[in-house]
Amino acid sequence: MQPDLTFSEQVRDQSGQNVQRCYYCQRCSAGCPVASLMDYAPAQLLRMIQLGQKEAVLHSSAIWLCVGCETCGTRCPNGIRTGVVIDSLRQMATAEGVAPAVPSVFKLHRAFLDSIRLWGRVHELSMLAQYKLTSLALFSDLDLGLDMFLKGKIHPLPRRIRGVAEVRKLFALK
Amino acid sequence: MRYGFYPGCTLHSTATEFGSSMEMTCAALGIELVEIPDWNCCGASSAHSLNHTLALALPTRDLVQAQQLGLTDIAIPCVACYARMVTADYTLRNDAAFRAEMETALGFTYEGRVRPRHLLDILANDFTSEELVGKVTRPLQGLRVVSYYGCLLVRPPELTGRWDDPEQPQTMDRLVELLGAEAVPWSYKVDCCGASLTLNRSDVVVHLVDRLVQAAHEAGANAIVNACPMCMANVDGRQRFRGSPGRPGPTYVPMPVFYITELLALAFGRPLDKVLGKHAIDPRPLLKGLDLI
Repeated sequence: MQPDLTFSEQVRDQSGQNVQRCYYCQRCSAGCPVASLMDYAPAQLLRMIQLGQKEAVLHSSAIWLCVGCETCGTRCPNGIRTGVVIDSLRQMATAEGVAPAVPSVFKLHRAFLDSIRLWGRVHELSMLAQYKLTSLALFSDLDLGLDMFLKGKIHPLPRRIRGVAEVRKLFALK
Repeated sequence: MRYGFYPGCTLHSTATEFGSSMEMTCAALGIELVEIPDWNCCGASSAHSLNHTLALALPTRDLVQAQQLGLTDIAIPCVACYARMVTADYTLRNDAAFRAEMETALGFTYEGRVRPRHLLDILANDFTSEELVGKVTRPLQGLRVVSYYGCLLVRPPELTGRWDDPEQPQTMDRLVELLGAEAVPWSYKVDCCGASLTLNRSDVVVHLVDRLVQAAHEAGANAIVNACPMCMANVDGRQRFRGSPGRPGPTYVPMPVFYITELLALAFGRPLDKVLGKHAIDPRPLLKGLDLI
Protein backbone atom coordinates (compact mmCIF):
# COMPACT_ATOMS: atom_id res chain seq x y z
CA MET A 1 0.00 0.00 0.00
CA GLN A 2 1.27 3.45 -0.95
CA PRO A 3 2.44 5.18 2.24
CA ASP A 4 1.31 8.71 3.15
CA LEU A 5 4.58 10.14 4.37
CA THR A 6 2.94 13.13 6.06
CA PHE A 7 0.61 10.94 8.14
CA SER A 8 2.75 10.74 11.27
CA GLU A 9 3.07 14.55 11.22
CA GLN A 10 -0.68 14.95 10.83
CA VAL A 11 -1.21 12.67 13.80
CA ARG A 12 1.44 14.47 15.85
CA ASP A 13 -0.06 17.88 15.11
CA GLN A 14 -3.61 16.84 15.88
CA SER A 15 -2.91 14.75 18.99
CA GLY A 16 0.08 16.60 20.42
CA GLN A 17 1.79 13.21 20.79
CA ASN A 18 5.14 12.47 19.19
CA VAL A 19 4.52 9.02 17.75
CA GLN A 20 8.01 8.92 16.21
CA ARG A 21 9.42 8.26 19.67
CA CYS A 22 7.86 4.79 19.84
CA TYR A 23 10.58 2.09 19.81
CA TYR A 24 8.10 -0.76 19.94
CA CYS A 25 8.56 -2.09 23.47
CA GLN A 26 4.85 -3.03 23.32
CA ARG A 27 4.05 -2.19 26.93
CA CYS A 28 0.92 -0.47 25.58
CA SER A 29 -0.25 -3.63 23.84
CA ALA A 30 0.59 -5.79 26.86
CA GLY A 31 -1.57 -3.69 29.20
CA CYS A 32 -4.43 -2.96 26.80
CA PRO A 33 -7.66 -4.59 28.06
CA VAL A 34 -9.06 -4.96 24.53
CA ALA A 35 -5.90 -5.67 22.48
CA SER A 36 -6.98 -9.26 21.86
CA LEU A 37 -10.14 -8.02 20.12
CA MET A 38 -8.43 -5.45 17.90
CA ASP A 39 -7.20 -6.08 14.37
CA TYR A 40 -4.03 -4.11 15.28
CA ALA A 41 -2.79 -3.82 18.87
CA PRO A 42 -1.85 -0.30 20.08
CA ALA A 43 1.90 -0.69 19.37
CA GLN A 44 1.13 -1.93 15.87
CA LEU A 45 -1.02 1.14 15.26
CA LEU A 46 1.88 3.39 16.27
CA ARG A 47 4.26 1.57 13.96
CA MET A 48 1.75 1.80 11.10
CA ILE A 49 1.46 5.54 11.69
CA GLN A 50 5.26 5.84 11.54
CA LEU A 51 5.16 3.99 8.21
CA GLY A 52 2.42 6.20 6.78
CA GLN A 53 -0.27 3.52 6.56
CA LYS A 54 -3.10 6.01 6.84
CA GLU A 55 -5.75 4.04 4.95
CA ALA A 56 -5.29 0.87 6.98
CA VAL A 57 -5.19 2.76 10.27
CA LEU A 58 -8.34 4.80 9.67
CA HIS A 59 -10.21 1.71 8.48
CA SER A 60 -9.11 -0.43 11.45
CA SER A 61 -11.44 -1.80 14.11
CA ALA A 62 -8.79 -1.00 16.73
CA ILE A 63 -9.49 2.72 16.71
CA TRP A 64 -13.17 2.10 17.57
CA LEU A 65 -12.59 -0.64 20.14
CA CYS A 66 -10.17 1.42 22.25
CA VAL A 67 -11.97 2.19 25.52
CA GLY A 68 -9.77 5.16 26.40
CA CYS A 69 -8.60 3.72 29.72
CA GLU A 70 -5.17 5.45 29.50
CA THR A 71 -3.24 2.35 30.57
CA CYS A 72 -1.03 2.63 27.47
CA GLY A 73 -0.16 6.28 28.03
CA THR A 74 0.52 5.78 31.73
CA ARG A 75 3.00 2.98 31.01
CA CYS A 76 4.73 4.33 27.88
CA PRO A 77 8.47 4.87 28.56
CA ASN A 78 8.46 7.56 25.85
CA GLY A 79 5.52 9.50 27.21
CA ILE A 80 3.23 8.80 24.26
CA ARG A 81 -0.43 8.84 25.25
CA THR A 82 -1.65 6.33 22.69
CA GLY A 83 -5.26 6.74 23.83
CA VAL A 84 -5.06 10.40 22.83
CA VAL A 85 -3.50 9.37 19.50
CA ILE A 86 -6.44 7.02 18.92
CA ASP A 87 -8.89 9.81 19.73
CA SER A 88 -7.28 11.82 16.94
CA LEU A 89 -7.51 8.86 14.57
CA ARG A 90 -11.24 8.48 15.24
CA GLN A 91 -11.73 12.20 14.76
CA MET A 92 -9.77 12.08 11.48
CA ALA A 93 -11.77 9.08 10.26
CA THR A 94 -15.01 10.90 11.11
CA ALA A 95 -13.90 14.15 9.46
CA GLU A 96 -12.80 12.34 6.32
CA GLY A 97 -15.99 10.30 6.09
CA VAL A 98 -14.29 6.92 6.50
CA ALA A 99 -16.93 4.28 7.29
CA PRO A 100 -16.22 3.14 10.87
CA ALA A 101 -15.09 -0.50 11.09
CA VAL A 102 -17.26 -0.99 14.19
CA PRO A 103 -20.43 0.91 13.26
CA SER A 104 -22.24 0.24 16.55
CA VAL A 105 -19.60 2.16 18.50
CA PHE A 106 -19.88 5.14 16.18
CA LYS A 107 -23.69 5.08 16.31
CA LEU A 108 -23.74 5.06 20.09
CA HIS A 109 -21.40 8.08 20.18
CA ARG A 110 -23.67 9.86 17.69
CA ALA A 111 -26.79 9.16 19.72
CA PHE A 112 -25.01 10.31 22.87
CA LEU A 113 -23.91 13.62 21.34
CA ASP A 114 -27.33 14.19 19.75
CA SER A 115 -28.88 13.83 23.20
CA ILE A 116 -26.52 16.49 24.60
CA ARG A 117 -27.30 18.80 21.69
CA LEU A 118 -31.02 18.37 22.28
CA TRP A 119 -31.22 18.59 26.08
CA GLY A 120 -27.82 19.80 27.32
CA ARG A 121 -27.55 16.56 29.28
CA VAL A 122 -27.89 12.93 28.30
CA HIS A 123 -31.36 11.44 28.62
CA GLU A 124 -30.73 7.71 28.66
CA LEU A 125 -34.08 6.47 27.45
CA SER A 126 -34.34 8.58 24.29
CA MET A 127 -30.60 8.25 23.62
CA LEU A 128 -30.87 4.47 23.76
CA ALA A 129 -33.97 4.52 21.58
CA GLN A 130 -32.03 6.42 18.90
CA TYR A 131 -29.08 4.06 19.22
CA LYS A 132 -31.28 1.00 18.93
CA LEU A 133 -33.11 2.33 15.91
CA THR A 134 -29.96 3.36 14.05
CA SER A 135 -27.97 0.22 14.89
CA LEU A 136 -30.94 -2.16 14.66
CA ALA A 137 -29.91 -3.66 18.01
CA LEU A 138 -33.57 -3.53 18.97
CA PHE A 139 -33.73 -6.36 21.44
CA SER A 140 -30.37 -6.25 23.22
CA ASP A 141 -30.42 -5.70 26.97
CA LEU A 142 -34.17 -5.19 27.27
CA ASP A 143 -34.18 -7.24 30.49
CA LEU A 144 -31.43 -5.09 32.02
CA GLY A 145 -33.22 -1.93 30.96
CA LEU A 146 -36.55 -3.06 32.38
CA ASP A 147 -34.91 -3.99 35.68
CA MET A 148 -33.37 -0.51 35.93
CA PHE A 149 -36.62 1.18 34.94
CA LEU A 150 -38.54 -0.68 37.64
CA LYS A 151 -35.95 0.38 40.20
CA GLY A 152 -36.46 4.01 39.24
CA LYS A 153 -33.04 4.38 37.64
CA ILE A 154 -34.19 5.50 34.20
CA HIS A 155 -36.30 8.64 33.91
CA PRO A 156 -39.12 8.47 31.36
CA LEU A 157 -38.97 12.16 30.43
CA PRO A 158 -35.96 14.36 29.63
CA ARG A 159 -35.38 17.83 31.06
CA ARG A 160 -33.76 20.59 29.05
CA ILE A 161 -31.18 22.86 30.71
CA ARG A 162 -31.59 26.65 30.46
CA GLY A 163 -28.33 27.18 28.60
CA VAL A 164 -28.99 24.66 25.83
CA ALA A 165 -28.50 27.35 23.15
CA GLU A 166 -25.01 28.00 24.50
CA VAL A 167 -24.27 24.27 24.47
CA ARG A 168 -25.38 24.05 20.84
CA LYS A 169 -22.97 26.87 19.98
CA LEU A 170 -20.14 24.69 21.28
CA PHE A 171 -21.05 22.01 18.72
CA ALA A 172 -20.40 24.53 15.95
CA LEU A 173 -16.85 25.42 17.09
CA LYS A 174 -14.06 24.26 14.82
CA MET B 1 -16.99 22.54 54.57
CA ARG B 2 -18.44 23.80 51.28
CA TYR B 3 -17.60 22.38 47.89
CA GLY B 4 -18.86 23.05 44.42
CA PHE B 5 -20.60 20.00 43.03
CA TYR B 6 -20.95 18.52 39.56
CA PRO B 7 -23.33 15.52 39.67
CA GLY B 8 -23.13 14.42 36.01
CA CYS B 9 -25.90 12.69 34.09
CA THR B 10 -25.85 9.34 35.92
CA LEU B 11 -25.93 10.39 39.57
CA HIS B 12 -29.69 10.78 39.85
CA SER B 13 -30.53 8.06 37.34
CA THR B 14 -28.53 4.89 36.71
CA ALA B 15 -26.18 5.63 39.63
CA THR B 16 -28.88 6.71 42.06
CA GLU B 17 -27.30 4.57 44.82
CA PHE B 18 -24.11 6.61 44.47
CA GLY B 19 -26.08 9.86 44.76
CA SER B 20 -28.10 8.83 47.82
CA SER B 21 -25.17 7.33 49.70
CA MET B 22 -23.01 10.35 48.83
CA GLU B 23 -25.60 12.66 50.37
CA MET B 24 -25.70 10.58 53.55
CA THR B 25 -21.91 10.46 53.78
CA CYS B 26 -21.55 14.19 53.21
CA ALA B 27 -24.23 14.95 55.80
CA ALA B 28 -22.38 12.81 58.35
CA LEU B 29 -19.08 14.58 57.64
CA GLY B 30 -20.53 18.10 57.55
CA ILE B 31 -19.86 18.58 53.83
CA GLU B 32 -22.12 21.03 52.03
CA LEU B 33 -22.31 20.48 48.28
CA VAL B 34 -23.29 23.47 46.15
CA GLU B 35 -24.49 22.19 42.78
CA ILE B 36 -23.31 23.98 39.65
CA PRO B 37 -26.67 25.52 38.69
CA ASP B 38 -27.15 24.88 34.97
CA TRP B 39 -24.52 22.23 34.33
CA ASN B 40 -24.35 20.37 31.04
CA CYS B 41 -23.10 16.88 30.19
CA CYS B 42 -19.30 16.59 30.06
CA GLY B 43 -19.47 14.75 26.71
CA ALA B 44 -17.96 11.57 28.20
CA SER B 45 -16.28 9.10 25.82
CA SER B 46 -18.43 10.16 22.90
CA ALA B 47 -17.27 13.75 22.55
CA HIS B 48 -13.56 12.95 22.68
CA SER B 49 -14.06 10.12 20.22
CA LEU B 50 -15.60 12.29 17.54
CA ASN B 51 -14.88 15.98 18.18
CA HIS B 52 -11.74 17.31 19.86
CA THR B 53 -12.93 20.88 20.46
CA LEU B 54 -16.36 19.86 21.73
CA ALA B 55 -14.76 17.39 24.15
CA LEU B 56 -12.93 20.28 25.81
CA ALA B 57 -15.63 22.94 25.37
CA LEU B 58 -18.46 21.03 27.10
CA PRO B 59 -16.65 20.62 30.43
CA THR B 60 -15.25 24.14 30.09
CA ARG B 61 -18.79 25.56 30.23
CA ASP B 62 -19.23 23.72 33.55
CA LEU B 63 -15.92 25.03 34.88
CA VAL B 64 -17.00 28.57 33.93
CA GLN B 65 -20.15 28.18 36.03
CA ALA B 66 -18.12 26.69 38.85
CA GLN B 67 -15.86 29.74 38.76
CA GLN B 68 -18.94 31.96 39.07
CA LEU B 69 -19.97 30.07 42.22
CA GLY B 70 -16.83 31.45 43.87
CA LEU B 71 -15.85 28.06 45.29
CA THR B 72 -12.48 26.54 44.47
CA ASP B 73 -12.82 22.79 44.92
CA ILE B 74 -15.45 21.02 42.82
CA ALA B 75 -16.52 17.55 43.95
CA ILE B 76 -17.18 15.15 41.06
CA PRO B 77 -18.46 11.64 41.87
CA CYS B 78 -18.45 10.17 38.33
CA VAL B 79 -15.01 9.09 37.14
CA ALA B 80 -15.84 9.67 33.47
CA CYS B 81 -16.94 13.25 34.23
CA TYR B 82 -13.90 13.72 36.44
CA ALA B 83 -11.55 12.68 33.62
CA ARG B 84 -13.13 15.17 31.21
CA MET B 85 -13.09 17.98 33.80
CA VAL B 86 -9.40 17.57 34.64
CA THR B 87 -8.57 17.34 30.93
CA ALA B 88 -10.38 20.62 30.20
CA ASP B 89 -8.87 22.26 33.29
CA TYR B 90 -5.36 21.17 32.28
CA THR B 91 -5.85 22.46 28.74
CA LEU B 92 -7.23 25.81 29.97
CA ARG B 93 -4.19 26.20 32.24
CA ASN B 94 -1.57 25.24 29.68
CA ASP B 95 -2.88 26.13 26.21
CA ALA B 96 -3.21 29.91 25.81
CA ALA B 97 -4.79 29.67 22.35
CA PHE B 98 -7.49 27.28 23.54
CA ARG B 99 -8.12 29.43 26.63
CA ALA B 100 -8.59 32.53 24.47
CA GLU B 101 -10.95 30.67 22.15
CA MET B 102 -13.07 29.48 25.07
CA GLU B 103 -13.10 32.92 26.71
CA THR B 104 -14.54 34.37 23.50
CA ALA B 105 -17.04 31.54 22.92
CA LEU B 106 -18.35 31.50 26.49
CA GLY B 107 -17.82 35.15 27.47
CA PHE B 108 -15.72 34.79 30.60
CA THR B 109 -12.24 35.47 31.93
CA TYR B 110 -10.35 32.44 33.13
CA GLU B 111 -9.11 32.90 36.69
CA GLY B 112 -7.54 29.51 37.36
CA ARG B 113 -8.99 29.18 40.88
CA VAL B 114 -11.33 26.26 40.25
CA ARG B 115 -9.99 22.81 40.98
CA PRO B 116 -11.99 19.77 39.80
CA ARG B 117 -11.53 16.89 42.24
CA HIS B 118 -12.93 13.41 42.49
CA LEU B 119 -15.24 12.89 45.47
CA LEU B 120 -13.04 10.03 46.72
CA ASP B 121 -10.01 12.34 46.87
CA ILE B 122 -12.04 14.79 48.99
CA LEU B 123 -13.48 12.18 51.35
CA ALA B 124 -10.12 10.49 51.91
CA ASN B 125 -7.76 13.44 51.96
CA ASP B 126 -9.65 16.41 53.40
CA PHE B 127 -10.44 14.53 56.60
CA THR B 128 -8.01 12.96 59.05
CA SER B 129 -8.22 9.27 59.84
CA GLU B 130 -9.37 10.23 63.35
CA GLU B 131 -12.21 12.36 61.98
CA LEU B 132 -13.41 9.51 59.80
CA VAL B 133 -13.07 6.80 62.46
CA GLY B 134 -14.84 9.11 64.92
CA LYS B 135 -18.01 8.91 62.80
CA VAL B 136 -18.07 5.10 62.64
CA THR B 137 -20.93 3.67 64.69
CA ARG B 138 -21.19 0.35 62.87
CA PRO B 139 -17.74 -1.12 62.11
CA LEU B 140 -17.88 -3.25 58.95
CA GLN B 141 -16.47 -6.36 60.56
CA GLY B 142 -16.52 -9.46 58.39
CA LEU B 143 -16.48 -7.59 55.08
CA ARG B 144 -13.45 -8.61 53.03
CA VAL B 145 -13.23 -6.11 50.24
CA VAL B 146 -11.12 -5.75 47.11
CA SER B 147 -10.87 -2.12 46.01
CA TYR B 148 -11.52 -1.62 42.33
CA TYR B 149 -10.27 1.74 41.04
CA GLY B 150 -10.74 1.11 37.34
CA CYS B 151 -9.10 3.24 34.72
CA LEU B 152 -9.58 6.99 34.86
CA LEU B 153 -9.83 7.57 38.60
CA VAL B 154 -6.03 7.52 38.90
CA ARG B 155 -4.97 7.99 35.27
CA PRO B 156 -3.37 9.70 33.49
CA PRO B 157 -1.21 10.86 36.40
CA GLU B 158 -0.23 14.20 34.84
CA LEU B 159 -3.91 15.16 34.80
CA THR B 160 -5.05 13.72 38.13
CA GLY B 161 -2.11 15.29 39.93
CA ARG B 162 -1.14 11.96 41.50
CA TRP B 163 -3.36 12.11 44.60
CA ASP B 164 -3.01 8.34 44.34
CA ASP B 165 -0.62 6.02 42.54
CA PRO B 166 -1.68 5.15 38.96
CA GLU B 167 -0.55 1.50 39.22
CA GLN B 168 -0.96 0.67 42.91
CA PRO B 169 -3.59 3.03 44.35
CA GLN B 170 -4.32 2.79 48.09
CA THR B 171 -7.01 5.37 48.90
CA MET B 172 -10.04 3.07 49.03
CA ASP B 173 -8.05 0.29 50.74
CA ARG B 174 -7.15 2.74 53.50
CA LEU B 175 -10.77 3.93 53.83
CA VAL B 176 -12.27 0.45 54.09
CA GLU B 177 -9.73 -0.47 56.78
CA LEU B 178 -10.72 2.67 58.72
CA LEU B 179 -14.33 1.53 58.51
CA GLY B 180 -13.46 -1.80 60.11
CA ALA B 181 -13.53 -3.96 56.97
CA GLU B 182 -10.60 -5.94 55.68
CA ALA B 183 -8.85 -4.54 52.58
CA VAL B 184 -7.96 -7.62 50.54
CA PRO B 185 -4.95 -7.23 48.21
CA TRP B 186 -5.36 -8.23 44.56
CA SER B 187 -3.81 -7.50 41.17
CA TYR B 188 -6.75 -6.01 39.27
CA LYS B 189 -7.15 -2.62 40.96
CA VAL B 190 -6.69 -0.57 37.80
CA ASP B 191 -7.77 -3.00 35.06
CA CYS B 192 -10.49 -1.45 32.92
CA CYS B 193 -14.05 -2.87 32.97
CA GLY B 194 -14.73 -1.95 29.33
CA ALA B 195 -16.66 1.19 30.20
CA SER B 196 -18.69 2.56 27.30
CA LEU B 197 -18.52 -0.65 25.25
CA THR B 198 -21.19 -1.99 27.60
CA LEU B 199 -24.06 -1.15 25.24
CA ASN B 200 -22.59 -1.94 21.85
CA ARG B 201 -20.05 -4.68 22.61
CA SER B 202 -21.44 -6.15 25.80
CA ASP B 203 -19.61 -9.41 24.98
CA VAL B 204 -16.31 -7.56 25.55
CA VAL B 205 -17.50 -6.12 28.85
CA VAL B 206 -18.81 -9.48 30.09
CA HIS B 207 -15.39 -10.98 29.34
CA LEU B 208 -13.53 -8.22 31.23
CA VAL B 209 -15.95 -8.30 34.17
CA ASP B 210 -15.62 -12.07 34.34
CA ARG B 211 -11.85 -11.74 34.77
CA LEU B 212 -12.25 -9.12 37.51
CA VAL B 213 -14.84 -11.06 39.49
CA GLN B 214 -12.92 -14.30 39.17
CA ALA B 215 -9.82 -12.54 40.53
CA ALA B 216 -11.84 -11.08 43.40
CA HIS B 217 -13.08 -14.55 44.33
CA GLU B 218 -9.57 -15.99 44.14
CA ALA B 219 -8.27 -13.21 46.39
CA GLY B 220 -10.76 -14.33 49.05
CA ALA B 221 -12.98 -11.26 48.98
CA ASN B 222 -16.70 -11.30 49.68
CA ALA B 223 -17.34 -7.92 48.05
CA ILE B 224 -15.92 -5.37 45.62
CA VAL B 225 -15.86 -1.62 46.30
CA ASN B 226 -15.58 1.04 43.61
CA ALA B 227 -16.13 4.75 43.02
CA CYS B 228 -17.49 5.03 39.48
CA PRO B 229 -20.99 4.74 37.95
CA MET B 230 -19.58 3.09 34.80
CA CYS B 231 -17.59 0.48 36.75
CA MET B 232 -20.67 -0.17 38.84
CA ALA B 233 -22.96 -0.58 35.83
CA ASN B 234 -20.55 -3.11 34.37
CA VAL B 235 -19.18 -5.04 37.35
CA ASP B 236 -22.54 -5.15 39.16
CA GLY B 237 -24.84 -5.15 36.12
CA ARG B 238 -22.99 -7.49 33.75
CA GLN B 239 -21.90 -10.09 36.29
CA ARG B 240 -24.97 -12.27 35.82
CA PHE B 241 -24.01 -12.76 32.18
CA ARG B 242 -20.81 -14.52 33.22
CA GLY B 243 -20.22 -17.88 31.63
CA SER B 244 -20.92 -18.19 27.92
CA PRO B 245 -22.97 -17.88 25.89
CA GLY B 246 -24.76 -15.07 27.65
CA ARG B 247 -25.84 -17.06 30.67
CA PRO B 248 -24.30 -17.65 34.10
CA GLY B 249 -22.04 -20.68 34.06
CA PRO B 250 -22.09 -23.49 36.62
CA THR B 251 -19.47 -21.75 38.75
CA TYR B 252 -21.32 -18.44 38.86
CA VAL B 253 -21.32 -17.04 42.40
CA PRO B 254 -22.60 -13.48 42.57
CA MET B 255 -20.15 -11.02 44.16
CA PRO B 256 -21.82 -7.89 45.59
CA VAL B 257 -20.37 -4.56 44.47
CA PHE B 258 -20.55 -1.40 46.59
CA TYR B 259 -19.89 2.26 46.02
CA ILE B 260 -17.34 3.50 48.54
CA THR B 261 -19.95 6.02 49.73
CA GLU B 262 -22.31 3.15 50.54
CA LEU B 263 -19.71 1.58 52.82
CA LEU B 264 -19.07 4.96 54.44
CA ALA B 265 -22.78 5.66 54.98
CA LEU B 266 -23.30 2.13 56.30
CA ALA B 267 -20.43 2.43 58.78
CA PHE B 268 -21.68 5.88 59.82
CA GLY B 269 -24.94 4.23 60.83
CA ARG B 270 -27.12 5.66 58.08
CA PRO B 271 -30.21 3.76 56.85
CA LEU B 272 -29.17 2.13 53.59
CA ASP B 273 -31.63 -0.68 53.08
CA LYS B 274 -33.65 0.97 50.32
CA VAL B 275 -30.56 2.17 48.45
CA LEU B 276 -28.95 -1.27 48.45
CA GLY B 277 -32.13 -2.78 47.02
CA LYS B 278 -31.43 -1.03 43.72
CA HIS B 279 -28.27 -3.00 42.92
CA ALA B 280 -28.37 -5.63 40.20
CA ILE B 281 -26.81 -8.06 42.70
CA ASP B 282 -28.56 -7.54 46.01
CA PRO B 283 -25.85 -7.10 48.66
CA ARG B 284 -28.26 -7.29 51.58
CA PRO B 285 -28.05 -11.07 52.17
CA LEU B 286 -24.28 -10.70 52.63
CA LEU B 287 -24.70 -7.77 55.03
CA LYS B 288 -27.48 -9.52 56.95
CA GLY B 289 -25.27 -12.59 57.31
CA LEU B 290 -22.56 -10.39 58.80
CA ASP B 291 -25.09 -8.63 61.05
CA LEU B 292 -24.38 -5.26 59.42
CA ILE B 293 -27.99 -4.38 58.52
